Amino acid sequence: MSENIKIVKNATCTFCGCVCDDMELHVDLDENRIVKTKKACVLGKAWFLEHTIEKDAHAAMIDGKKVSMEEAIEEAAQTLVKAKFPITYGLSDSTSEAQRQAVAISDIVKGNVDTTSSVCHGPTGMAFQGVGESTSTLGEVKNRADLVIYWGANPAESHPRHFGRYSVTAKGMFTPNGKKDRTVVIVDVRKTKSSPVADINIRPKIGKDFEILWALRALVKGKKVADDIEEQTGISLETLEDLVERMKNCRFGVFFFGMGLTMPRGRHFNTGALLALATDLNEFTHFVAKPLRGHGNVTGADNVVSWQTGYPFSVNFNRGYPRFNPGEFSTVDLLSKGEADAAMIIASDPASNFPKKAIEHLKSIPVISLDTKSTLTSKDAHVAFRVSTYGINTTGTVYRMDDVPITLNPAFDSPFPGDEEVLKGIKKRVQELMLARHNANGARGEAKVAAARIQE
Amino acid sequence: MASSMRIINGRVYDPTNNIDGEVKEICIKDGKIVESVADDATVIDAKGMVIMPGAVDIHCHIAGPKVNAARKLQPEDHRHDVHESTPFTRSGTGGTVPSTFTTGYRYATLGYTTAMEAAVTPIGARHTLEEFHDTPVIDKGFYVLLANNIFLQNLLRENRLEEFDQAVAWWVSSTKAYTVKLVNPGGDEPWKGKKNSNVADIDEKTDEELSPRQIIEAFIKSVHKQGFPHPPHIHCNNLGHSGNYITTLETMKTAGDMRAHLAHIQFHSYGGELGKNPTSKAAEIIEYINNHPNITCDVGQVMFGKATIMTADAPLAYVLKGHSKGKWVNADTECESGCGIVPFSYQEHIYMHTLQWAIGLELFLMSEDPWRVLLSTDHPNGGSFMSYPKLIKLLMDKSFRHEEMKRVNQKALDSCSLRDLEREYSLYEIAIITRAGPAKVLGLPNKGHLGVGADADITIYDEMEDKEMMFNAPRYVIKSGNSIIENHEFKNDFTGKLLHIVPEYDKKIEEIVQPFFESYYSIEFSNYAVDDSYLHDHEIIPTGQA
Repeated sequence: MSENIKIVKNATCTFCGCVCDDMELHVDLDENRIVKTKKACVLGKAWFLEHTIEKDAHAAMIDGKKVSMEEAIEEAAQTLVKAKFPITYGLSDSTSEAQRQAVAISDIVKGNVDTTSSVCHGPTGMAFQGVGESTSTLGEVKNRADLVIYWGANPAESHPRHFGRYSVTAKGMFTPNGKKDRTVVIVDVRKTKSSPVADINIRPKIGKDFEILWALRALVKGKKVADDIEEQTGISLETLEDLVERMKNCRFGVFFFGMGLTMPRGRHFNTGALLALATDLNEFTHFVAKPLRGHGNVTGADNVVSWQTGYPFSVNFNRGYPRFNPGEFSTVDLLSKGEADAAMIIASDPASNFPKKAIEHLKSIPVISLDTKSTLTSKDAHVAFRVSTYGINTTGTVYRMDDVPITLNPAFDSPFPGDEEVLKGIKKRVQELMLARHNANGARGEAKVAAARIQE
Repeated sequence: MASSMRIINGRVYDPTNNIDGEVKEICIKDGKIVESVADDATVIDAKGMVIMPGAVDIHCHIAGPKVNAARKLQPEDHRHDVHESTPFTRSGTGGTVPSTFTTGYRYATLGYTTAMEAAVTPIGARHTLEEFHDTPVIDKGFYVLLANNIFLQNLLRENRLEEFDQAVAWWVSSTKAYTVKLVNPGGDEPWKGKKNSNVADIDEKTDEELSPRQIIEAFIKSVHKQGFPHPPHIHCNNLGHSGNYITTLETMKTAGDMRAHLAHIQFHSYGGELGKNPTSKAAEIIEYINNHPNITCDVGQVMFGKATIMTADAPLAYVLKGHSKGKWVNADTECESGCGIVPFSYQEHIYMHTLQWAIGLELFLMSEDPWRVLLSTDHPNGGSFMSYPKLIKLLMDKSFRHEEMKRVNQKALDSCSLRDLEREYSLYEIAIITRAGPAKVLGLPNKGHLGVGADADITIYDEMEDKEMMFNAPRYVIKSGNSIIENHEFKNDFTGKLLHIVPEYDKKIEEIVQPFFESYYSIEFSNYAVDDSYLHDHEIIPTGQA
């Protein structure tokens, strides 16, 4: 460790959806790495301390050979423009500024854009479209919540600071004693590291979330529940009735739910039932619900794709305007059906975590990858960009799991460009190529647009 | 691209400069209106056309957290109303809550070149500014929600008025806002903290200490003292409730002779008993406004068809959820605001909806000063901004109005005076309520007129008998001197700029705000204020000229 140490205060950790913005980072400027963190959790520590600049990596490669940035951008743009059905995927570990550029590229080349939402909280987005949501920012939970219910989530391991910063031991305006002022309930099919935190642990049978949620809705509305509810779900009527009383009589209740609810059988029916239950409870008291989002800026991706297209993920531009259809335009499904003929993958590694059929197709088409490190996806990519890491090397905006936007305060410079910079370059070139193609086809009698001024 | 332009032979409506339909040459250079241009300037022959300044929307909801939630909520609204890309403009989707690009382009296709987003939480300012950058053509600004801000309320409880002024300035400066927005002052705490209740009266002290009136008065005085170009933008208590006109009158009286802007006043002009059908109190409300030049308002006209309720007034949205029985969003923002969203539809056969429609028209038609009673639908709460041309026709064409009146709930019409109102707006008056008036009320010296030095934001319409058709399709739209629409077709893209104010404050106020932050917010104080990287193109409107 050298003497050349810079201390960065109130830096933001983008590892998980908590997006804690109170980090203190000690940066060794000679070695270009973070040597000490304060306030980071075990995941955050690993995120910061293991981040190194790989000096022998190349910023831009085509088919595994080092090229200039200009060559790589040109090849990426040509690949996207030549393709009949180019797709863009990933986005959740990138800044919203970069996400805006990525959606723009997909729009311009009339391709497809999808984010990692489609494999995590996509069902929550779909349930939201169906029933809406009563929700709040995390500070409101800290200040007010006296009943906290986690459902299908294990924050002790996935979001380690969630309890302390926002929801369990956090002390707020009307919860000055922290945990003493709250009742914590965890509904999970298994015992987890989060279980000891709960005052009440409810352990249902696997795959019965919908049934339990629907029974709770019935009880909240004063309706009868079938006698065999315990047999069906593994939870006794008494337990459910006790929970309903607690929910109806709390001052400010909150559900946090994870992929234990969104990904098993039932998917958006499960999340829809939970959101509807939270809504129903507002007849009696104030009640909110919140998905525990995983990736640092997956919430930003939802927001950006929504404001640019009207839909949160799985958006297709083939017809020159956005269409939304998960199952058809979700990347796993597109690839599994062998539909895309070029792919741009940003900050994600589908080659390592998608189903086999999808990976096989991905390997058969030209891939453009943007990643901070070498991945299975980038190794096989036709054009591979090595980019700097958001939050550590580059600034930009990240949306916390509760849609609160935070500006990143980076620790040290990287020799690699940021996602936004690379994507801006590709966008500019793609726009030029599409305009040239349009003018070459001018015989169709459309407006002459040679004089059009292209905006950055 | 031509930086200078000359528009000839058109009839000009420029109320700020007292020009009422005269044929007059308009010259443009470097984005501004100038006295004359060189002979080689591009010429637009506007013979048979009407030239107006670009229109200014003083109250709409087009960007930020609640708007984006409403977008996400309604795929069914987007699906049948798509907006195709062109080689240089972006695609998107419409409906009552269009995507950002579509919002900008569609405003332009109506001849609007400036729009103000009317309700943004401070913590959501960054999000709003990001969306603004993706909202093309128009210039835009936003009003920041401060009336239910717990820290500011605490200062008022302790009568720390000097610090209150400083803190208001700090919040407006730190968020890059245009003015303060007050929504259902005092109503958030009962909603969030007292099992979804609300404040019912302007003098009710929900915590034994502070009433809505005290909050409203403090903001009006503070903004007056600091000389913001636009006064507090007020959404009164009791929106939508029968009998609420008394609250509205009391709110206006609270201003004394200081300026106040009452938002979507139609929703606040109801008589009758709480819980029963309302009656029209448009006459009482407009009489007060006619007689008090310090008061300005936008109407918040209801237009039949699909709408989206989106408001910081969460208890109101919950009431409407009970009527619509459909999906509902509630979103609480820590220490700052509530929010409710409900997809909605105004229907001709329903008494309440017809009465709302009629009250809006009564307010317009009984207004004696078009400079202070401005056009809005509280987009998308009363209806989409895309319905403005139809609203203009309702105001300009009484035979059309009477035809429309045949299609609505007659019992509601029986209970108000709309049938007796024969007034028709002139093009000059339309130019006032959509351009010169909002620009003046906002304190934007370079908007809403075509005098030398003004921003070259210009709309040119074919003059037509059917005013809906006319205002639906300008032949030319020029933004900051750039030709955006020519012969009804998009020719250029343009980003537009942010309009904001930067009131001065004593840095010491940050030391007072910070401890509160550290206790009750969930983000760090130093990460809260919005930095200049979010500004992009912007213009600071000066304060302190009161």
